[in-house]
Amino acid sequence: MSMNPFDEIAVEEAIRLKEKGVATEIVVVSVGVKQAAETIRTALAMGADRGILVVAADDVHQDIEPLAVAKILKAIVAEEQPGLVLMGKQAIDNDMNATGQMLAALLGWAQATQAGAIEVAGDKASVTREIDGGLQVIEVTLPAIVTADLRLNEPRYASLPNIMKAKKKELVEKTAGDYGVDVSPRLTVVKTAEPEGRKAGVKVASVDELVSKLKAAGVI
Amino acid sequence: MIPAWLASRTAVAARSKGLPALTAWRLLRTSAWASADASAPPQPSREQMNYDVLVVGAGPAGLSAAIRIKTQCQSAGKDVSVCVIEKGAEVGSHTLSGNVLETRALDELLPGWKEDADCPIKVLASRDSTLLLGGPSWSLRLPTPPSMSNRGKNKSNYVVSLSEVTRWMARRAEALGVEIYPGFAAKKVLYGWDGHVEGVATNDFGISRDGRPKPNFAPGVDLRARVTLLAEGCRGSLSEEVMSRFGLRQAARAEPQTYALGIKEVWQVPESQHKPGTVVHTIGFPASYDTYGGGFIYHMSDRRVALGYVIGLDYSNPHINTFQEFQRWKSHPAVRSHIDGGTCLQYGARTLNEGGLQSIPRLSFPGGALVGCSAGFLNVPKIKGTHTAMMSGLAAGEAAFRALTADKAPDKGPVDMSNYEEALKRSWLWDELTAVRNVRPAFRWGLLPGLIYAALSEYLLRGREPWTLTHGRPDRERLRPLAEAPPAPAYPKPDGAITFDLPTSIYRSGTNHEHDQPSHLLVSNPGEFERSNLPHYGGPETKYCPAGVYEYRTDEYGRSKLHVNAQNCLHCKACDIKDPGANIRWTVPEGGQGPSYTAM
Repeated sequence: MSMNPFDEIAVEEAIRLKEKGVATEIVVVSVGVKQAAETIRTALAMGADRGILVVAADDVHQDIEPLAVAKILKAIVAEEQPGLVLMGKQAIDNDMNATGQMLAALLGWAQATQAGAIEVAGDKASVTREIDGGLQVIEVTLPAIVTADLRLNEPRYASLPNIMKAKKKELVEKTAGDYGVDVSPRLTVVKTAEPEGRKAGVKVASVDELVSKLKAAGVI
Repeated sequence: MIPAWLASRTAVAARSKGLPALTAWRLLRTSAWASADASAPPQPSREQMNYDVLVVGAGPAGLSAAIRIKTQCQSAGKDVSVCVIEKGAEVGSHTLSGNVLETRALDELLPGWKEDADCPIKVLASRDSTLLLGGPSWSLRLPTPPSMSNRGKNKSNYVVSLSEVTRWMARRAEALGVEIYPGFAAKKVLYGWDGHVEGVATNDFGISRDGRPKPNFAPGVDLRARVTLLAEGCRGSLSEEVMSRFGLRQAARAEPQTYALGIKEVWQVPESQHKPGTVVHTIGFPASYDTYGGGFIYHMSDRRVALGYVIGLDYSNPHINTFQEFQRWKSHPAVRSHIDGGTCLQYGARTLNEGGLQSIPRLSFPGGALVGCSAGFLNVPKIKGTHTAMMSGLAAGEAAFRALTADKAPDKGPVDMSNYEEALKRSWLWDELTAVRNVRPAFRWGLLPGLIYAALSEYLLRGREPWTLTHGRPDRERLRPLAEAPPAPAYPKPDGAITFDLPTSIYRSGTNHEHDQPSHLLVSNPGEFERSNLPHYGGPETKYCPAGVYEYRTDEYGRSKLHVNAQNCLHCKACDIKDPGANIRWTVPEGGQGPSYTAM
């Protein structure tokens, strides 16, 4: 199993914050099947301190929806009392891009999503967000939720000795029920279809022909 | 320090061009390999990790050795530390095989495997057929030779995905205490003070294309062990080095290994077409009479069909495009009837050994041994090598355990693994390979003589004949220049339903490599390709590589230049085997990259 790339970037950012002295402890959480423990071990090998695995499904194909994950994370946040919650902006299996935002809403915390850079100073964080038009810099008061985008950093490789040492780090296993969260899906998939094949283009001989064709199509 | 393997390689290459050894030495000093060594970045001191046994490669052979050692530990109450490293991102990512598994070795390795609900070995091979494809449209059913048949009272052959099986074996191994580290490639063999093998060094991560360390540079580690088992599969890069350095082929008076390239796809087919347990083998079309080629179609579980085409790499026609031969084979009605209306799920390719008994080298060396296809135990007429690979792993594991835990055994230093080879020679593995040793070489006389001899061997001789046919020259020397070649075959365009183009197929292999890393395909004598390969042979590397790694591009002056797209590589090793000038050496890229086979 491999870590969701955006989450890997979030883990790397957390480790860099710890190396800068901004953070004192990194707790890694994963909600999923039992095998997700391997992913947590990879994060521990990269440099996280301890892990919490919330087993919420038996079958890898069962989708655990963002709202359920956010509710579980809310309960864990209440227990752990972190100063900052970092996660990937979206998971590459369902591409929802919703968990971070939902968690912020449930907690009533500030959120800085699609982060391309983070600067922490005291109880404030200045986050550069990647938006459609360019970059947006916002300031949030900690504790806050920050979701990582691609250009935040390049994650380090977990070295073999670190992978071995990670085996001894604490990994607690819990279930969704322990946090009182029902993970049954609220969304139903109505239809899945492959995108339509691209239709062949039409070659035009001159600019005039192009203009007349565009006019005929009602585009100009 | 120029390593011995490099010196001998260059000497061989030089001699094959008729150059004296002194010129070879001069070539060596200016060659790409030598300069690559000199420009290696200065490294921080590397971490060392020590084990009793190190296994390179988490395939069936490597995992069998690891599992055997740990089960022996359990029953004898001893402890032997075992570490398995694997260059694929996960166990099974680089595992590709037909596969109809004969469970003979598995029964001995893990006796209760049938009761394990987690075990993916479920579909019994039931229907056999052998087809002669006479031309592009017709076929003839041939009687299935008894050794190939899946029926019979003592037969338990299963249609499996070897990728899934190795993943299950890895889970069993970890439950027994084996440490398995996927994502780490063994880059170099470590040698001790007297030249014995002390372990391997894993690859560095984060070196850029020009050889300089990147910000996320992470050095590899030195894994040291008393026994190093090389289980890299066919044409393993470290195995070849070790065989050369210790003269293992010469010591056993073994012939050079001869190979085939297998290109395979796994499809999901409509329910009505799916008959799990169906096993079909084909010979004939599209191979010409003098090319050894054949196909397989195996119906797996879950509406999946595995099918592939295997072509002997001793082919002489330089126009042969292995990928296109596979596509042509699929278009034959007897083959396409299995996959019509289905979806292709995965694509991949891998070379396999065809040398059999004649090519088995000395198996142990100071500090370790060769197991599985790294040595080459595939039974060619049966087209099965997994059972023998597992058997060799099992025997090596036994020998290592005994040597490490014997009463008077020293607790330091390399271990004597010669018992492994002796045990193998007394086992069914050797008998089986002896019985079939002459079948493959006979095919060099042509398809019909080969079939006649195979029938004779199967029904009458059973290997008892006193002669042993040789393979002759290495595969790369069999390639004929363009001037002597038959006309190029006409390869049809892909139809997008049954046959596909190369980029689509490569996408389906899931292969990926970090682009900003040095090319793992070491090309020495770079000008040789433009001077010799292209004009004399028509650039065979652009045709035998099933991943389109090698291509010629014209520069702004209209000159052709070889371009290596290393990131497409499927780790099949065909280039290491077939380049006529022996100028390509396959080495490991960064670990965790390459194909992502899950059902192959």
